Amino acid sequence: MTDTAATTAEALSRARRFASRLRGERQTPIVPAGNVAGRAMTTVIAIMTFLAALTVGAVSLVGDTAARWQNDISDEITIQVKPADGLDMPQALETARQIALQTPGVKGASILDEAATGRLLEPWLGEGVDLSELPVPRLVIVSIDTAEPPNFAFMRTELKEAVPEADLDDHRAWVSRLVTMARTVVFIGIFVLSLVIVATTLTVIFATRGAMSGNRHIVEVLHFVGARSSFIAREFERHFLRLGLIGAAAGGIVAIVLFAMLGFFTAANRQTPEADQISALFGSFTIGWTGYAGVLLLIATVATLTALTSRWTVTRHLADIDMISPVEN
Amino acid sequence: MIRFENVGLRYDMGPEVLRDLSFEIRRQSFQFLTGPSGAGKTSLLRMLFLALRPTRGLITVLGRDVATLSRKDLPSIRRRIGVVFQDFRLLDHMTTYENVALPLRVRGKEEREYRQDVVDLIKWVGLGERLHALPIVLSGGEKQRAAIARALIDQPDVLLADEPTGNVDAPLARRLLRLFLELNRSGTAVVIATHDLGLMEQVDARRLILSEGRLEIYD
Repeated sequence: MTDTAATTAEALSRARRFASRLRGERQTPIVPAGNVAGRAMTTVIAIMTFLAALTVGAVSLVGDTAARWQNDISDEITIQVKPADGLDMPQALETARQIALQTPGVKGASILDEAATGRLLEPWLGEGVDLSELPVPRLVIVSIDTAEPPNFAFMRTELKEAVPEADLDDHRAWVSRLVTMARTVVFIGIFVLSLVIVATTLTVIFATRGAMSGNRHIVEVLHFVGARSSFIAREFERHFLRLGLIGAAAGGIVAIVLFAMLGFFTAANRQTPEADQISALFGSFTIGWTGYAGVLLLIATVATLTALTSRWTVTRHLADIDMISPVEN
Repeated sequence: MIRFENVGLRYDMGPEVLRDLSFEIRRQSFQFLTGPSGAGKTSLLRMLFLALRPTRGLITVLGRDVATLSRKDLPSIRRRIGVVFQDFRLLDHMTTYENVALPLRVRGKEEREYRQDVVDLIKWVGLGERLHALPIVLSGGEKQRAAIARALIDQPDVLLADEPTGNVDAPLARRLLRLFLELNRSGTAVVIATHDLGLMEQVDARRLILSEGRLEIYD
């Protein structure tokens, strides 16, 4: 039989087998569904995928948060009015607000009222404190047009002339430090993720090879009853793809559930001061679609890797037991 | 059908375990391959079913020089050679029926095309009652017959059997021998590797005797 005819016949028989599977005629799989080595491999894959998924989630969370910090903080500036003897705080705040509103490039300005200021200070001062009795600085939140930002130096001078106790904070130093830190964290995260993926790959390769050695006798029997290498490789690839998918999906889904629970927990406790602090840093602590997509990609990658490793191992084993013609040496 | 000319075999850098083997397995022939333990019977069988490459000499199988065969060509030639291993090599997770049908399954045939043939062959080797039994519950003799049925299911041109009566009692050995003779009458060349003199004395057949790596032939 020529190679083309053999390939055509094989494709036809594969189509027939697929049709018979559709009709529900099932045969015992040539590679047995479950044995100890297979279960151990599935568990190892699940654990490694879970760890890799956690890293993907963490990198995604920090990456998204860094981007959000940059956006949120750069379109807002703050005017801080410090208390001083004889200062009429409400009047000073209103003056500062008016100066801000009159500056070109400012979209809006609002005074942070006593209740909101109280909530900000609650972690340090506790609940129900009368702020009017304490020398607490007050804030005016100014929204700016990021496309055409105001002249901060001019605004600062104007403010100082009108309200000497007012300070303008454009957050630049803070944003720049925060973003640098976040980028460093993302960079470290990507490095750790690379290490975890390499470790996962190696673990999958060793686990697959270990599980394969338990099925070596099947490869040999198939070989000697005249199965083509492609048939044997396909049978093992299908079996290990299934094991890889089960393991990777288990690890990935547990990670996704964990992310969802953390998101739910932080959302449910948003009113507490502790959650406010976490939210200030990480937003709502939810993994964005990139995180979930990354985990799904990870599951597909690990499963494919497992299948390819088994194919490679089978092919190598077949080459070992085959009688190789001298013309191929 | 299979021809050896001045074939020699050594493992790695060791001494030659088989030397200057020249013989032919003719179509529809029946022969015993015998010799003391360690004489090289299994190595010779492995060369016959293309699992081992000789270190020198020429082997022609079904008209093809094995030295010029590529790995892609090997399965189609192996499909015309049935092998019964000394240790049976049945797949433990498959029933007798599935083990016997395995060669047809790997050839891509549909089960409804071969189902009846497989059942008939299993009955012919006397395992009709053990159709759906797993190898673990089969006796040595039953495993042997299942392995023989698997080797025969696709009507090979040559059947190679390594110690096929090594695990069975004398009556069953005689029964298996009758089975091989019947198969031979239907056109298959048979090579039985054995050191069971009692078995060989029951049939007036060609004997290939291996001794100290050399082959003597008694037609």
